[in-house]
Amino acid sequence: MPVLSVKNLVMHYRTKEGYVRAVDGVSFDVGTGEVLGIVGESGCGKTSISMAILRLLPENAEFRGGQVFFNDGNETVDLVGLADSAMQKYRWKGISMIFQSAMNSLNPVYRIGDQILEAMKRHYPEISREAARKRVEELFRLVGLDPKRVKQYPHQYSGGMKQRAVIAMALACDPRLVIADEPTTALDVIVQDRIMRELKRIQRDLDMSMIYISHDIAVIAEVSDSVAIMYAGKLVELADTATIFDRPKHPYTNGLMNAFPSVVGKKRRLCTIPGEPPDLLNPPSGCRFATRCSYADDQCKKADPEFRALEEGHYVACFYPVEREKSLEEITESGE
Amino acid sequence: MGNKPLMAVRSLRKHFDAESKLFSKAKLLVHAVDEVSFDVEEGDSLGLVGESGCGKTTTGRVIVQLEKPTSGDILFRGKNIAEFSKSEQTNYHREVQMVFQDPYESLNPRMTVFEIITEPLNINGIGTRRQRVERARVFLHQVGISPAETFLSRYPHELSGGQRQRIAIARALVLEPVFLVADEPTSMLDVSVRTGVMELMLKLQEEYKMSYLYITHDLAVARYMCHRIAVMYLGKIVEAGETEDILLDAQHPYTRALLSAVSVPDPRIRRSQPRIKGGISKPINPPPECRFLERCPVATDYCRQNPHPPPVEINEGHLVSCYEATGGV
Repeated sequence: MPVLSVKNLVMHYRTKEGYVRAVDGVSFDVGTGEVLGIVGESGCGKTSISMAILRLLPENAEFRGGQVFFNDGNETVDLVGLADSAMQKYRWKGISMIFQSAMNSLNPVYRIGDQILEAMKRHYPEISREAARKRVEELFRLVGLDPKRVKQYPHQYSGGMKQRAVIAMALACDPRLVIADEPTTALDVIVQDRIMRELKRIQRDLDMSMIYISHDIAVIAEVSDSVAIMYAGKLVELADTATIFDRPKHPYTNGLMNAFPSVVGKKRRLCTIPGEPPDLLNPPSGCRFATRCSYADDQCKKADPEFRALEEGHYVACFYPVEREKSLEEITESGE
Repeated sequence: MGNKPLMAVRSLRKHFDAESKLFSKAKLLVHAVDEVSFDVEEGDSLGLVGESGCGKTTTGRVIVQLEKPTSGDILFRGKNIAEFSKSEQTNYHREVQMVFQDPYESLNPRMTVFEIITEPLNINGIGTRRQRVERARVFLHQVGISPAETFLSRYPHELSGGQRQRIAIARALVLEPVFLVADEPTSMLDVSVRTGVMELMLKLQEEYKMSYLYITHDLAVARYMCHRIAVMYLGKIVEAGETEDILLDAQHPYTRALLSAVSVPDPRIRRSQPRIKGGISKPINPPPECRFLERCPVATDYCRQNPHPPPVEINEGHLVSCYEATGGV
C-alpha cells in the first residue's frame, strides 16, 4: 500500500486568457520510506503538483479530474474530495512541506522556536508547554542546529540555518510524507550539500516517505529511489533511479541527461534541446515535446502518447522510446 | 605588443564600508576583493569561481569600471586603465563589455529589442540608422534569435528568460568587444535553455576571438566554459590554474571541498563528504592570517602564526595559496 497514490490528476489555473493546464493527467505512487524525485524545468507544473496534494492552491486553481489517495497509517482517503476543514487534519501531521525559499517562509517577527511550537500546538493541542519545548530542542538537534538558538529570530540565522529550521518545522508533527520543493536551490554548494545529506539521513532514520522536487538531475540522482520526469504539465517518464539514468527512454529525459556538465569523468560536449517549453495556455496538440523533439513525426503531433509501462515499473509517454544517446563526443585536450 | 596579456589585474583591492553598529567608533570594512591578481590572454577564458560573497562579481564590476578599486591596477593591453586619456577610456568601454546575471533586470522594460541592441551604437555614434538596423539583425541572428525582424519591435516582457539573455548577449557583442565579463549568465536559465546559451557563448568566443572572464558559482559550468579557473574565497584567489589541473589535481583544501560538494548526475557514484568546517562569514576587518583558517581541515600552528599564504606555483601555471599544500611550512 503506497503512502501516496496520485491518479490521473488534472489541475488547471483559470486566467483571463483561458485555462493554464499546469497539471494535466499525472499519476505516480510513493511507497513507505521511498524518495520520489520529480525533475522538471520552471513552469512544468512540479510545484503545482505539490500544492495540489496539500491543497494549498490559489483561488483560480481548479481540479478537473483525478484522485490523490493518502494512507495515514490507518485508512486511505482521497484528498481531492475533502473539505478544507477535513484537510487540516492531514497537513503537517500527515503530509508536510519544505518550501522552496526558506528565507521567506519564516515569519521575521517571531522567534524560530515559537514558530515551530505553534505548528505543533495546532496539531497536538493537548501537548504541554514543557513537552513541546523539549520536542523543539530535539528537532533542532535532529537537523543540526544548536538548541540554544531556539530563542533567536530569523534574521540572526544564515541561509543554511533557516533552511534547517524550515526542515525542523516540517518534521515537527512526525509526518508520514514530506514534500521538499527545491529545498536547497538558493544555497551555496557546500551548504546545499550539507542540507541534502542531512535531509537524506533524517529521511532514512525516520523511514519517512518523501517527494523531492528539483530542476537538477544531479541532486535527484543522489537523493531519490525513483524518478519522475515532468514536462509541460505531464509526466513523460517514471522509473527507479538506476533505470532512469542507465536507460532513459524519453527523448526529453535523454536531452536532460546530456545537458548537464559534470565535474567528474571526461569532459563531454553538451547537447542542446532546441526551442523552449510550450505555453500551457495553448499547449500543442499531440505530444507536448514534439516541437522540440528530433524523433517526432506526424503521429506525435496529432496524438497524445499514453503513459505506458515499457517494462515492469518503467513508464514512458512516447511513441518512439529511444536508446540512450551515448554518442556524446568527448572533448579532447588537443581540441582545446 | 609582444606577450603582454590582454587584461592584467594586479593586487586589486575593493573595500566597502560595512554597516557599523550604532555609536561604534570602529570603522568596519568589508574586504570584498583583497590583493587579487590574474591575467587573461587574448582568446583565453578565465572562470572566476566561488560561493556568494567571495568577491567574484565585485572583481568583474571593477574591471568594467562600475566600481572604483580601493587600490591595485588593471592593465589593458599593458596600459593602466587609471591613466587612460578620454579617448582611450571611450575605446575601453567599447572593447570591454559585461553580461549580467539576471536577464529580467538587466534589460530596460521600456525599450524595444531594437533600441536595446542598438543603444551602444547610438552612444558611440556608430553607423546610420539603416546600418544599425542591419547590425541589430546580424547580431540577433548570431545569438540564435530568428526571424530577427519579428523580434526587433518587441519589448522584454514579451520574451522568455532564454531569449532575454540572448538579447543581453547581443547588446554586449554589438560593439564587437575583445573582452567580455560574463557574470553568471546562465544561472537564472532553465536547463534545456541554459545549454544553448553556453554553447552560443563558446561559439561566439571562437568566432570573434574574444576573451572571457566568466564568473560562476558552478564548477561544472566553469569547467565546460573556461580554459583556466581561479577559485576565490573571501576576497582572495586561493587557487588558479588550467581547468583540468584544478579539477583533477586540486591542492587547496577549499577547492577540494568545493569539488566534492558538487552533485554528480550518476546514482552509482557515492561522493565523499566535503572536508570543511563551519560556515562562510564575511570578510569584515579580516585578521591577517589565512582567510580559510577557521574552516580548514588541515590547518597547523604554522598557519595560525603566519599571514595569509602567498600564491606558490606548484606546476606550470598552477598557483596555490596554502602553506600545507605547497610544503611551505
